[in-house]
Amino acid sequence: MLYLTCPNCGRRTVEEFRYGEIPAIPESITDPDARDLDRGFMRTNPFGPSVERWFHDYGCRRWFTVTRDTSTDEVL
Amino acid sequence: MNEFVESRVRLTWPDRLRSEYDVVILGGGGHGLATAYYLATRHGIRDVAVIERGYIGSGNSGRNTTVIRANYGVPEAIRFYQRSLELFQGLEEETGRWIMHKEKGLLWIAHTEMGLRAERARAALNQAYGAETVFIGPDEIKEICPQIDLAGGGRYPVMGASYHPRGATARHDRVVWALAEGAMQNGVEVHQNTTVTGLKLSGDRVTGVKTERGDISAGVVMMALGGQVTMVASMAGLRLPIRSHPLQAFVTNHYQPGLDAIVASTELLFYASQTARGEILIGAEIDRQPSYSYRSSYGFLSSCAGRALALLPFLADLRVLRQWAGICDMTPDYSPVMGPTGREGLLVTTGWGTWGFKAIPAGGEAMAQLIATGEVPELIAPFGLDRFARDLPLSDRGSAGTQ
Repeated sequence: MLYLTCPNCGRRTVEEFRYGEIPAIPESITDPDARDLDRGFMRTNPFGPSVERWFHDYGCRRWFTVTRDTSTDEVL
Repeated sequence: MNEFVESRVRLTWPDRLRSEYDVVILGGGGHGLATAYYLATRHGIRDVAVIERGYIGSGNSGRNTTVIRANYGVPEAIRFYQRSLELFQGLEEETGRWIMHKEKGLLWIAHTEMGLRAERARAALNQAYGAETVFIGPDEIKEICPQIDLAGGGRYPVMGASYHPRGATARHDRVVWALAEGAMQNGVEVHQNTTVTGLKLSGDRVTGVKTERGDISAGVVMMALGGQVTMVASMAGLRLPIRSHPLQAFVTNHYQPGLDAIVASTELLFYASQTARGEILIGAEIDRQPSYSYRSSYGFLSSCAGRALALLPFLADLRVLRQWAGICDMTPDYSPVMGPTGREGLLVTTGWGTWGFKAIPAGGEAMAQLIATGEVPELIAPFGLDRFARDLPLSDRGSAGTQ
């Protein structure tokens, strides 16, 4: 079960939070000829550590940043 | 109990991995094995190796909720899934194996005015494109499935449903074994416990795969890798519009057969059916965060069970036996991706999200035809990877499980 630690409210289960996406696709892997394709459809799908934004929906209602290992759901 | 004489499944495992095959299929799940099966039986292409990291059916082919239906939201998808539904109906006869296929009928229930409009539209569209679906009212729903509480626990009154009488279930392991056996009997080699470490490239062309047990050259490499496709595609420098999310499901203990229909509700975000063993199988929506973790959560179990109780109050007396998660490869338009990848020698069948099991025979048949003829079959042409670049997505979120 995935627990996240909100900087304001402490450790809570994932159901209290809203997943806020991974920040934009890094420029380094973006194909300059396919910017629209990337913006519209492409996603990163990291296996391993991933820097993400989360929103504490049923708590302080603030955004915070989490590094999570997507292969284990462990928060790093 | 069944009309087939049950005998040991004749799986013949090869002892050594050769260094060259005409076709190499990555992933020994339903889609990979179905492609191998149809290549061998329909097209006479038998120099085929299926490479599987674990054991066959150990990934999402063993983690799905086994519903077979064709009532989708875009004409291209309805045609495709209708073909799959028909192939499933004949699969026992074709393979000579009992896959526990059972036609049950699927009720997709609406609890609000908006839900009613969606179900009416679903019925009209599917009826028009050949996947028998009718809109029915509460009285008929009660007749088809007497366990449903028409008051919906007071909060989710049952106002109507789209009814898909050809909706069915089958035993997922048996589907995998039937296809594996059929493929092996026709000369296909299935290599278990073989991890792919890379792809062999010559310029832009994919010429084979590298595995822990040695390199293989191949005329065609096909990726049928639920949950792992992003990593393998990146070995060829290929990016896919895929994000992998877990989907959780659970079963109750075994009980006497009684829930005959498959019951689904978009607004309550769950679907339920009774398995051949008597377990009530309940599944739901993907988790919002992408992840490759198979761990399931108590938070999901309690909230999903609560929602299921609103519609099926008899569940309150049952006990939960087991809970698990599978990994769903989600595309931005909630439709699968099948066909060429833009890299010569590399094909892909992916984006199977929450609708992979029901597509196994049609997906395998079409991919086998593509490999054999080199031409994309008309049935799957709209599902090509290039549809995103051409801005022709097949938006079908409303048909994705309980979305």
